[in-house]
This record gives sequence, structure tokens and C-alpha cells, in this order.
Amino acid sequence: MIADAETNDTTQAAPLLSVQALTKRFPARDGRVVHAVEDVSFEVKRGSTVGLVGESGSGKTTAGRAILRLIEPTSGKALFNGVDLFSLSAREMRAYRQKLQIVFQDPFSSLNPRLRVSAILGEALDARGYLRGKARQDRIAELLALVGLSPDHASRYPHEFSGGQRQRIGIARALAVEPEFIVADEPVSALDVSVQAQVLNLIGDLQKRLGLTLLFIAHDLSVVEYLCDEVVVMYLGRVMERGPSRLVYAAPRHPYTRALLATAPVPDPTRVRVRVPLLGDIPSPIDPPSGCVFRTRCPEAIEACAAVIPPVSPIGGGHHVACIRHDQRND
Amino acid sequence: MAAIATPLQQEPNLLSRLLGRPTAAVGLALLVVIALAAILAPIIAPYAPTKLSIASRLHPPSLEHLFGTDDLGRDVFTRMLYAARTSLSVGFAVVVFSSVIGIVLGLTAGFFRKLDTPVSRLVDAMMAFPDILLAIALVAALGATAVNVVVALGIVYAPRLARVVRASTLVIRELPYVEAARALGVPTPVILVRHVLRNVTSPILVQGTFIFANAILAEAGLSFLGVGISPDIPTWGTMIAVGRQYMDQAGWIMMFPGAAIVITVLALQLVGDGLRDLLDPRLVKDI
Repeated sequence: MIADAETNDTTQAAPLLSVQALTKRFPARDGRVVHAVEDVSFEVKRGSTVGLVGESGSGKTTAGRAILRLIEPTSGKALFNGVDLFSLSAREMRAYRQKLQIVFQDPFSSLNPRLRVSAILGEALDARGYLRGKARQDRIAELLALVGLSPDHASRYPHEFSGGQRQRIGIARALAVEPEFIVADEPVSALDVSVQAQVLNLIGDLQKRLGLTLLFIAHDLSVVEYLCDEVVVMYLGRVMERGPSRLVYAAPRHPYTRALLATAPVPDPTRVRVRVPLLGDIPSPIDPPSGCVFRTRCPEAIEACAAVIPPVSPIGGGHHVACIRHDQRND
Repeated sequence: MAAIATPLQQEPNLLSRLLGRPTAAVGLALLVVIALAAILAPIIAPYAPTKLSIASRLHPPSLEHLFGTDDLGRDVFTRMLYAARTSLSVGFAVVVFSSVIGIVLGLTAGFFRKLDTPVSRLVDAMMAFPDILLAIALVAALGATAVNVVVALGIVYAPRLARVVRASTLVIRELPYVEAARALGVPTPVILVRHVLRNVTSPILVQGTFIFANAILAEAGLSFLGVGISPDIPTWGTMIAVGRQYMDQAGWIMMFPGAAIVITVLALQLVGDGLRDLLDPRLVKDI
């Protein structure tokens, strides 16, 4: 499924990260299995931002953590600069850890309440190599400045900061080891709306300045549209649609993507939207529907949808969709 | 005082918050007085603890002998001060020893999934024994010395701490800051100490206070039963054991050490309750 050698004019050909058929299953009660992530593949080009979108329960967070091996994947590959992260021993992985970092959703539980900011950032610096005395303090001040905080914040404890400030500290910690790749796991969804924009701007700004490569996990397509070059839409552990943001947003081909886009607020009261309401709840990942996992809630499902799992197929321009009916509709 | 603290976070200055609670402040004050009396025993004590005086045996409390004298004419007040040294040291040593065992067991069970079942079952098995019976059996097996009493009581009380530490570790293990440390490649032992242990100090502190109180009672009980520290070494328990024989003629010999135990244990319980109320977010009433 990565065989389509489409000419992409944006960056170099080889992707920084190539996730191939990533699967994560958790054991559940009575020998049953939770299919959290099934056969997920996508690529992240160096210097680009990829959005991983889906409802809660879609497996997007699990996918993000499995790539970093914070949870062990069941199968699949994650080629990072050509090296399969999943084949590394625990010891080898430790050496790779600093190249891949993560920013968490909850700015409160992601910082140890007993450590001062200097110790939180210091731990990250120690992982990279030893910096002592003045050099260490300077580096901490530099990191704080990078995320818009002041150097004298270093001596404070996390509870002395607001949610937005804490998220900045979390970002500084991730940047401290100068990673090549960052997973941002819903970094703004726990913040006030007014602060969300600031943190998003900071992330966008840092990405440009430092040439970061980002995997941005979100449940909200409008947040992703602002930041991301490419989007991967997940539902019940599987990829429904992926491709360059401009294509996916302008011409969503999967009924699930349309439904998600329809729920996003449009800042224009005069525009009339055709709502495609999603009925019911996301099914249980213990017992996912046969064939297309989305068919139970899909407004356009037909009998054939239950028969086969639709492959994620290219439809041109790097746009991929997993729907057997994507070309049968007249849009 | 600042009342903005959310349950998740703590004000750094625990002591001043503790002093803000009247009952805990009284408990703390009593403990300070008792500890000072024990430390300064050689200076405060009017007599030597072993000074015999057959002429003045079983004297009731007087200005000369504040708390009276015992069957060998030794000053009860003096002996009580020296007894406080042993009793408090034993109690404190039990807290330290049981904390070490309890923390190691609790962190192991809580952090490493595969070890949880074996370690937890061991802890459950230990808790199934009645405290004092297990202590008697252990002292009987090891020999009745002060060190062995500490070892025995340490083993008896360790499971309580292990349970508390395990429960907290299970929660903390899943928190993003532990994940962040793993993402940085921080070695597991460092994660255990810096991120997990540092955040379970509150329940350890609360449990430690209660174990201190229980250990003082248990040591007195063992000494009273004659399976504890040798009767020539003054502890509150051995003093009561000796005084029991003269209970109807010279009640003061056992009354005063008995009162010392009651007051010390009460003070520790008050401080423990205060700490628990301050540190347990579920019991927050006054924010």
C-alpha cells in the first residue's frame, strides 16, 4: 500500500517515518481481544506535519504510543530513517528514544508535581548527555524562552502554572533532547479555547523554526486543518482515508470523513450546511463489524460492505480511501 | 493560608498546614515534649536510672521522688525518662525497618505487573496472622533482644505499608509523567525513585505515624508478656511488667509508664489523623 510512487514536490522522497501495517491488540476478559489498532499504514515526510484524526476509541492515541513503543505493538513495522523501531531490543530502543518525543494531552498529570521545572527539564537534558552548572542553567533558560516562558520560571513547581503554561513546559521537555520527530497527543484539547490558539501557534511556529516533524493526534478536524500537511482519518482502529490536507478537506471521499467535517463548526452563520448525522455509538473494538468497520453507522452502506474489509486504495494525488463505494457516488 | 491548592497538588509547607489544625498541633507539641524528655534524659533525670536504694523502696510520689520509687527503690521518673529512649527508639526503628520492606514490596508489586500476584499474595498471607501473635512467634524464634523485637515488629507492620505503596504505585505508574520519563529513556530504577516513590511519600508518612504508635504499644505488650526486651532494660513495657506485681500496694510504678504510653500513642494518632486529612484529597473539607 506504500507502493504508489507519487511525485511529491514538497520534500525529499524518503519519509522520516513509515508506519506499515501497525496492529495493536489488547487481551480482554474471557480470552477475547480488543482490536485497538488494525493494519494502519502511513508515512510522515521529514519536516511535515501529519494529523491523526478520529473519535475517542478510534485507536489514534494507541497508534501514537505504539510507534514510540510506550506500548508494545502486536505487529507491523515503523521504519524510522529506515530502521524498524519495533525490531530493536529494549536497550537499542533506549538510544533511539531521544529522537522521538511526545507531548501529552493532560497538562496536569504530564508533569511530576514534586519536581521543579528545572528538574523536569534537567531530566530530559540528562537523557541527552551531561551538562553541568552554568551550561545547564543556560540551556534550561533557552528552552523556556523557546516556548515563551521566562528563565525564572525554572525554580517553580508545576502547580504554580496555568494549563497553557504547563503545556509549554511539556513542549520544552520534548524539545530538550532535540528530537527529530514528535508525537503531539491532543496537546490542546484539555486547554481553554483562548489558550488553544496560543499553544497551536507555538507548535506551528516551533515546527517551522526547528524543522520538526510532527504527528499531531486530534479528534477535531478543524484544529488539524490549520497545522497539518497531511491527514490520516481513523475509525475503530483502521484508516478510513488519508492524504494531503487540501485534498481531504476540499473533497473528502469517505463517508466517515464527511460526517466528521460536517460536525466541525463553520464560522459563517449564513452558510447552510448539509448535515450528515452519525447515528449511534462507535461499536466495541472487542467485536468489530465484519467487512468495513464503519458500515454500521454509514449512511451509504450497502450489503457488500459487510463482505470484505475495504483496502486503503490510492485515488490519485496521494489521496487514499478505504471505501468500496468511493467512486460510485456522484459528488 | 493559601486555599487555592487543588487536590492533586500540595502546598510545599506541610508543617505549617499541620500546625493550623488544633488537634494535630496538640499531638505534635506533645511529641516534641516527649522526644525532648527522652533526648535530654541524662540532664533532666534527678537520679541515675540504676541507682538502688533499699531504704526507700515503694515510696509513693513525693517532692523527692516525683513519681515515687519502685520495688528496688529506683526513681520511677528517672527510669521513665530512660525508658522513653528505648521505647521511642524501638518504635522509630520499627517504622524505618517496616518502611524499607514495605516500600520495596509495594513498589515491586505495583510497578512490575508480573510480580504483582506473587508479591501481593505473600503480603496477604502475612496480614492473615494476628499482629501480636506473629510478633511473639518471631521473637521466640529469633531470641528476645531489642534488635530482634524491631525485626519482628518490622516484619509484622511491613505488609500494611506494602499495600498502601502498591495501591499508589498502580495509579502513578499510568500517569503521563512516568510515560514521559520512559519516552526520554530514563532507567527504570530512576523512574521508580524519582517519579513513583516521591509521589507516594504522603501515604507512607501517614501509615508511618500509625505504625509508630502501634509499634510502641506492641513493644510494651511484648515486654509485658516477657517475650520482649529483657526486664533489666527500662522500657515502658518492662516497667509495667515489673509494676504489675505491686499493683495494689504501689500502683504508681505501672501507672506512670502506662500514662506515658497512652499519651504518646494518642499524640501520634492525632498527628497521623491530621496528616491523613491534609494529604488525602478525598477527605478535603475546608477548601
